Amino acid sequence: MSVGESGVSEFLRSYLTVGWFGIAAVVLAGLLLWVASLVRPSRPGHEKLLTYESGVDPVGEGWSQSQVRYYIFALLFVVFDVEAVFIFPWATQLERYGTFGLVEMGVFVFVLLLGLVYAWRKGVLRWV
Amino acid sequence: MIALDPMLEGDVLWTPLLIVVLKVLVVFVVGLVATMLMVWFERKVIAGMQNRIGPNKAGPFGLLQTLADGIKLFFKEDLLPRRSDKFVFALAPFLSLVPAFLAFAIIPLGGDYRDGNDGVVTWFGVETRVQLADPHIGVLFALAISSIAVYGIMLAGWSSGSKYPLLGSVRASAQMVSYEAALGLSLASVILISGTLSTSGIVAAQSTLTDWHVVATGIVPFIIFLIAATAELNRPPFDLVEAEQELVGGFNTEYSSIRFALFFLAEFMNTVTMSALIVTLFFGGPQPISYGGITLDIPLIPNGLEGTIWLLGKVLVFLYVYVWFRATLPRLRYDQLMDLGWKVLIPGSLAWFMLLAAQRLARNEGWNVFTTTAAAVVVLGACYALLQGAFAISNKTREREGAQF
Repeated sequence: MSVGESGVSEFLRSYLTVGWFGIAAVVLAGLLLWVASLVRPSRPGHEKLLTYESGVDPVGEGWSQSQVRYYIFALLFVVFDVEAVFIFPWATQLERYGTFGLVEMGVFVFVLLLGLVYAWRKGVLRWV
Repeated sequence: MIALDPMLEGDVLWTPLLIVVLKVLVVFVVGLVATMLMVWFERKVIAGMQNRIGPNKAGPFGLLQTLADGIKLFFKEDLLPRRSDKFVFALAPFLSLVPAFLAFAIIPLGGDYRDGNDGVVTWFGVETRVQLADPHIGVLFALAISSIAVYGIMLAGWSSGSKYPLLGSVRASAQMVSYEAALGLSLASVILISGTLSTSGIVAAQSTLTDWHVVATGIVPFIIFLIAATAELNRPPFDLVEAEQELVGGFNTEYSSIRFALFFLAEFMNTVTMSALIVTLFFGGPQPISYGGITLDIPLIPNGLEGTIWLLGKVLVFLYVYVWFRATLPRLRYDQLMDLGWKVLIPGSLAWFMLLAAQRLARNEGWNVFTTTAAAVVVLGACYALLQGAFAISNKTREREGAQF
């Protein structure tokens, strides 16, 4: 599987490479911002720093309340994300668990979908 | 950081180090150039579809248009709105750009997968893969990184302290989170067939045309993945995040100058990465087209390099598809978007996944594949009928009771 020397080293190294890559990306973004800060003009004024609201003076707070439905969708997502934690390892090891695994996963998915159906029935998925 | 790198403990192996540095540089440059060309490509293709000419002044065929736009943005004043949360406002572009780069790291960018070579090439006497990193959990890494991208958009919208960006970012987070579930579940079908999570392993499992996962998993997971990926990218027809008619510019309304450019860059880079991911998962990545023992071989080019050409060609097809979507499909309404995600894609991908698992197991255990498939279809059909029945009854009850919603 691994290319190169020992397994542990190879395992760690692939993540470290990703780490270095990430640092390179941060440096690039920082560099761009820094260069831009050298060459661009900076003449802030009262009007310029106003929040955009189609040309009129902004009314009220920018941080308005938003609908609770968004939050419920986030909660529902967590259910399916946890499910993925079970499904992915099982999918790679399908043969090992055989029929027992399939039936077990079927029951698991069924119970999970019941949750979705419950939310559906409760009108959570209805966007009015 | 350097001391942590096990590669540098004891004897310093200069060649592997050189290769890592080389890979980081090459992938970085390839990512940037691909993104720039993608912007040009999109503008040119969509211009063609709308009977316009598109960019044609900067450089040959307007190729340098993106560069010119970028340079222009350098000289623009950077405004920090007074009401914004300054720290988060500055942080958000980084949170958007860095994951966009990171996701690129696990894509196999070439290599020779023929004759059991498994994508390994020899550079300077060291065996390596043409891919920045090949962790065992490659695909999960891509999923994890794509969810981090939500933070960039969410925080950008929130920190602006303005109405439209906030609306855009709240929309974005609910949308991306919803479609991520469908994305992950359609991915599970691919993993079921290939039996590995590593991207190079997934590519190696697709040596002939019938082994390509788009065929091997049935076409359904691919379609679900394509739709979910478009929604993940906030590209049309799922661009409710920056619906100009409703939200001005969406989450990046308050951003200007190079900060805006970083968001723009991240968006297009994500498009390129997602296309590459689709190709890797479903269309054999750098594998050439091969069917019934006949392989389409590009003459005169070594097999290691040929992989890169195949990958580029396939990615280009999907980039075109994305532009095509944008030119053809009208934007979805938010309730339609949520309905499609939760009521069609998620149950659909789960059902297909179970069907594939039953079929696969039947083949292993020596049952009759057709009987098993038929039984699985019957079970799924029964579930569907039950669901429909339950809804019909529930609707009737609600009507009788006079429910408000």
